[in-house]
Amino acid sequence: MAVYEHSYKPYEGTLTSAWSRFLVIPRYAYQDLFKYKLFIALFVLCYVYPLISTVIIYLHHNANALAVLDITVSDILPINATFFYVLVSVQTSLAFVFTVIIGPVLVSRDLANNALPLYLCRPFSRFEYIVSKMLVLLILLSMFTWVPGLLLFFFQSYLEGGGWMADNLWIAGAIFTVSIAWLVILALLAMAFSAWIKWRTAASAALFAIFIIPTPIGFIIEELFNTNMGHMLNLGVAFSALSSHLFQLDWLDAKLSFFEAWGVFAAYALICVFMLSRRVHAYEVVS
Amino acid sequence: MIEMNSTNPVIELDQLRIVFGKRRILHDIQGSLRGHCIGLLGPNGAGKTTLIHTLLGFHKPASGTARIFGCDIRNESKRVRTVIGYMPERDSFIAHITCVHFVRLMAELSGLPSDAALERAHEALFYVGLGEARYRKLGTYSLGMKQLAKLAQAIVHGPRLIFLDEPTNGLDPPARKRMLELIREIRDSGRTHIVFSSHLLRDVEECCDEVLILKDGHIAANCNLEEERRANRKFIEMETRNATPAFVDAIGALGCEYALTGNQRVKLVMQDGIEIRDLYKIAAASDVQIRRLNYKRDSLEDIFLKAMEQ
Repeated sequence: MAVYEHSYKPYEGTLTSAWSRFLVIPRYAYQDLFKYKLFIALFVLCYVYPLISTVIIYLHHNANALAVLDITVSDILPINATFFYVLVSVQTSLAFVFTVIIGPVLVSRDLANNALPLYLCRPFSRFEYIVSKMLVLLILLSMFTWVPGLLLFFFQSYLEGGGWMADNLWIAGAIFTVSIAWLVILALLAMAFSAWIKWRTAASAALFAIFIIPTPIGFIIEELFNTNMGHMLNLGVAFSALSSHLFQLDWLDAKLSFFEAWGVFAAYALICVFMLSRRVHAYEVVS
Repeated sequence: MIEMNSTNPVIELDQLRIVFGKRRILHDIQGSLRGHCIGLLGPNGAGKTTLIHTLLGFHKPASGTARIFGCDIRNESKRVRTVIGYMPERDSFIAHITCVHFVRLMAELSGLPSDAALERAHEALFYVGLGEARYRKLGTYSLGMKQLAKLAQAIVHGPRLIFLDEPTNGLDPPARKRMLELIREIRDSGRTHIVFSSHLLRDVEECCDEVLILKDGHIAANCNLEEERRANRKFIEMETRNATPAFVDAIGALGCEYALTGNQRVKLVMQDGIEIRDLYKIAAASDVQIRRLNYKRDSLEDIFLKAMEQ
């Protein structure tokens, strides 16, 4: 079927492996996103705090630099679990901003343009479609959350030496687990709202609302019934609780237990999966 | 890879039943389709699109199954979809990207490597006649161009079976002609089978060698148009002048079944070994003029109407 021949020929070349097709949709999505200079600028901004953290870690281990700047080690932030928790908190907050920008159009565009039959008539299942769309967010957000977090952890381990890494490996686990849990929830929420809410602005507003509205409700339930069950609606509280337990931060007021926090994440994830399963069909069957 | 064997049916329907809620859409349909271009006909609501969607794996059969090139759609749906192309009836595209980008994406999702997908996307778009417009965003396309873009994405990965759901819908006459030419070309390539769903009998008649007619979720008719056409060469309709009973009796004496209608028309079924010139000889002997002689073929419309009357 060459351009100059104008005749039809079946394709007889090699095919890619089925697992690698997961990455086709994210690749095309990034080509689309990185066309915009504003988006690139925002993406670069996400590396400001990890860069500052890198400088702090470097200063901790460079007496010459401290002397030049005329400061002592005690004047700068200590490198401990709190240091990495702050890094994860800042970066996951930025991840939320990116989710609000990218998330609302992930599925809604395909639904609005009736594109799902075109995806699903190929050797590409609904599950693969959802995972591929999730990967658009997960890969992008990982690039400035747990990936730099772990790189900084290894940087600190390298400079500190002497078994610091072995003693603090749980911090690396906390960086990864907290970030991934947060990113998966963000991606699922964004996709579920995208599948059900046609208008981008409304879907973005819904994403904000899901974090804002449960907070006063949780406190009202706590005051009225003297129970922490109200906070089980609140993803922000669950995130704090999970961080508090995994980063072993006693100063962080964890309103939920470790398992309750996971329960909140699991409940939200299940609801999102249910919402997606109801909407992501090649065609809607009206019974 | 699914192997194509000329002796195997393209599609086998095995007591296939589709139910939506409490409504039965397809009623245990049974049959096998072997044509190169299979027309799927039926009035609105007959189940044509549902049948296509089921074969594509969009709906699960309530009972029974179907096989495409011998692969069961229930158990081997993904395998089946590696050799299928689908052009949906409704507008289906991704509006904010260029056509070449869109077709390439679809090719990559079908398993083509990135470079091959780009090459095939360009080729497919040139082939369907969108070569000059391939860098335009799909949202800016006219209806006819969108139909061609849908065809391009359906053929870009070189499928062995293409489902075309109302491909000529909304096309102006030149665009319709072009679309039918493309369908015939793909059919004549000999490597690809086509299932062509349409309301337009003429379109189906122009392209298809087999038709499946659905009515209320049942198969009303399944016939090979090529065989029908061959068989129809035996039916002759003559317009005569001065036809007499002696003339038609003489035709009957040849062993042909015949009927003389009131307006000097004679319809007859030719027997083997009887030639047209024999008819002229009898006419000359009986002093009858044969003013017109046609092979009376059952048009697809006749077949369709008969099927609808059942």
